[in-house]
Amino acid sequence: MRVLVAMSGGVDSSTVAGLLAEAGHEVIGVTLQLYDHGAAVGRKGACCAGQDIHDARRVADHLGIAHYVIDAEARFRAAVMASFADSYANGETPVPCVRCNQTVKFTDLIELAADLGAERLATGHYVQRIDGPGGAELHRAADPARDQSWFLFATTRAQLERSLFPLGGLPDKAHVRGEAARLGIAVADKPDSQDICFVPSGTYADAVGKLRPDALAPGEIVSETGEVLGLHDGIARYTVGQAKRLGPAAQAGGARRVVVALDPAQRRVVVGPASGGTRHLRLREVNWLAEPARLRCQVKLRARDTAHDAEIVPTADGVDVILDAPALPAPGQACVFYAGERVLGGGFIQRPVPVTRAAPVDAAVMAAL
Amino acid sequence: MNGMIYLDANATEPLRPEARAAVLDALDRTGNPSSVHAAGRDARRLLEDAREAIARRFGGAPSDVVFTSGGTEADALAIHALGRGRRVIAGATEHDAVRAAAPGAALLPVDAQGVADLDALEAMLRGGPALVCLMLANNETGTLQPIAAAAALCRAAGAWLHVDAVQAAGRMAVNLAALGAHSMALSSHKLGGPQGAGALLLTPDAAAALTPLILGGGQERGRRGGTHALPAIAGFAAAAQACTGSEHLAGLRDMAEQAALLAGAVALAAGGPRLSNTTALALPGVRAERQVIALDLAGIAVSAGAACSSGKVARSHVLEAMGAGALAGEAIRVSLPWNATEADIAGFAAAYQTMAARLSRSAA
Repeated sequence: MRVLVAMSGGVDSSTVAGLLAEAGHEVIGVTLQLYDHGAAVGRKGACCAGQDIHDARRVADHLGIAHYVIDAEARFRAAVMASFADSYANGETPVPCVRCNQTVKFTDLIELAADLGAERLATGHYVQRIDGPGGAELHRAADPARDQSWFLFATTRAQLERSLFPLGGLPDKAHVRGEAARLGIAVADKPDSQDICFVPSGTYADAVGKLRPDALAPGEIVSETGEVLGLHDGIARYTVGQAKRLGPAAQAGGARRVVVALDPAQRRVVVGPASGGTRHLRLREVNWLAEPARLRCQVKLRARDTAHDAEIVPTADGVDVILDAPALPAPGQACVFYAGERVLGGGFIQRPVPVTRAAPVDAAVMAAL
Repeated sequence: MNGMIYLDANATEPLRPEARAAVLDALDRTGNPSSVHAAGRDARRLLEDAREAIARRFGGAPSDVVFTSGGTEADALAIHALGRGRRVIAGATEHDAVRAAAPGAALLPVDAQGVADLDALEAMLRGGPALVCLMLANNETGTLQPIAAAAALCRAAGAWLHVDAVQAAGRMAVNLAALGAHSMALSSHKLGGPQGAGALLLTPDAAAALTPLILGGGQERGRRGGTHALPAIAGFAAAAQACTGSEHLAGLRDMAEQAALLAGAVALAAGGPRLSNTTALALPGVRAERQVIALDLAGIAVSAGAACSSGKVARSHVLEAMGAGALAGEAIRVSLPWNATEADIAGFAAAYQTMAARLSRSAA
C-alpha cells in the first residue's frame, strides 16, 4: 500500500515512517513548512527551514523513502495563525493545534495523498483508529499519558477512514523510542516538542500582539460585581481558570480567586472564586464521530483535563452541554465527548454571552508576519 | 533511481564521458599547480591546458579566465569587482546568484516572453556609471536575451555588462567578444562537466578592474585564492570541448511540449527566442510543487521555480516578472539533457497526462 506519512522531524512521526516502511509499504514522507523558521526565531539570514525539516529529511534518507517539503505557509497563516490571534482578541483561549489538524493536516494532506495515489495518511498522533460496525472510530491511545484524542476531535469521519495512527496502540513513549532506536532513527533521543510550534520562543503573547495589538492593551481586573481589583497587561495573557498574573486580586476578599471570564469589549479580566463555575455550555463547529444524539457521556474541556460527567444535547446549530457538576470551561477550547475510550465528537466552547467581535486581522498586518 | 527519466538538465547535466575520463585522469595525479617540483608542473600543465581550452571555446584571452567554484561565485566576483562605485542594473529574471549578490539592483523589466526591455535599459543607463547584469539564457524558461544589442547600449553609455551564460554555454554558440560583454560567468556542471568548477571570463579592461573576493595564496594571478579543484577544472574543460549545442533536442522538446499542451498545459515563454532544450509548462489550478512530486513518484525528474535549500518550492520570480500571474506558482520546468532520447519523452508524455488527469484542481 502507498502511504503518505506526515513527518515533523520528531521521534513519533519518524518512527511511524520507519515502521510502515519496515512493514513493506511504499512510504512517502512529507513535511509541512508551516512558517518561516528564520523569521520566527528573529535571526536575520537564518534559513526558512528549521532543524526539524532537516531532521525529517535525514530520517527519510536513512529509511530510503521519498520525502518532500510542502509549502503550507500561506495556508497556515490564514487557517491557523489568524484565527489564533482573533480568538485571543475576542476573549477566548484558542487551540491552534486543533485548527492545524483540521485544516492543514487532515484536509490538505489527505487531498495530497489522494492526488499522489496514496491510500492512507499516517501520522504520529497518539490515538487509535478502530474499525467499528459503522465505519472507522476514533479511540483514545493505549497510553493514557500520551493520548491526543482531544486534539483530533475535529477530524471528519471521511478523513478518519483514510487515516492511520500506528503509535496509538503502543504501550508508552519509551516503547516508541525503543522502536526508533531499533530502526536506527537518529532522532530517537530528541526531546518532545513543547508549546505552540510557530512560537519557538514560547512567548505566544508576542505572536498574538503582532497580529492583534489590541489583545495586549492594558485593562482592569474586576470582580464579578464589577469592583476593580487591579490592572492587567492584555486579555490575551489570561484564560478562564487561570490563577497567575492576578497580583493582589488573586486573594481579594480572602478567598482564592481565578479568572472566570474575559470581556474583550471592555478589556476586562473578571475574577471569582476558584470553586465556582458553570454547568451549562454551548458548543459551535461541532464534529460528530458517531450518530448525533442526545446522550449522557463524559466530556473533556481541556487537553489535560479529567473527564466530567455530562449530558449532551444536539441543537440546530451546535450542541448544548449540561455538566453534572460546575466547571470553569474556557471559551475557544474544545469540549470533546467520550463514551469510554471512544471519541463521539466535540465542538468549540462558545462564550456564554454574545460579545461584539472586534474587527478581523488587517490583511497588511497578516502579510507582514 | 532505476528507470528514472531525467529531464532536469538546467539543474545539472549528466556527466559527459569525456569529462568523466578527464576527472579520473586528474584524480590520479598528485600535485598542486602552485608547487615548484615536477608533480606541481604536471598539475600546472593540466590547469593551463584547461584554461586555454575554455578561452578557445568561449572567447577572451586565457590569462583573463578566472577559475571559480562555479557559476554563483563567478557572478558574485563580477558584481563585487565591476559593481564597485556603480549602480547595478539587473534583468528582472536573473538567477539568484545575481539577485543575491546585487540586492540593491534596479530591475530591468521583461515582456511576457521574458525578454528584457531595451528601451527601458537605455533610459536606465542615463543615470550615471552602471554595471548591467543580463543573463544569456534563463534557467527556468530558456528565454534568450538580446545581449549584443544590450552590449551596444552599455558601451555607448560607458557601462560594464556582465553576462551570466551558465545555461547557454554548451547549448548554443557563446563567445565573450561576439556578445560584446565585459565579463561572463560559466559553470562546469551545466554543460556536462562535474560540479565544483566554473569560470569568470573577462575582457582586458574588465580584468584590469578585477579585485578578488577570496584572497589566500595568490592563485589565479591574485584574483581568486585557494588551491585549484583540478579534477573538476579538467572535467570542465573536457566537457566544454565535447559540447555540440542543444539544437538536436528541439524536436524532442517540442514533442514533450505538445503532449503537455494536449493534457491542458500552457507553455510559457514559448513565443520568444529560447534554448532548444527547455520548456516551462503551467497546469492551471495545480500547484507546481504537487506536479513535481507526482512526476517524481512516476519516475520523472523535473523541477519548478527556485528550490529553497529546505526543498520547498517557492513561487517563480521569473514567471512573475513575465506577468504570468497565478501560473507563476503552477509551472514546472522540463529541461532536456544532452543525452535525452525519444523514449524519455514518450515516458514523460504518458506520466504528464496521467498526472494532469488525476491531480485535483484548486478552486481559483
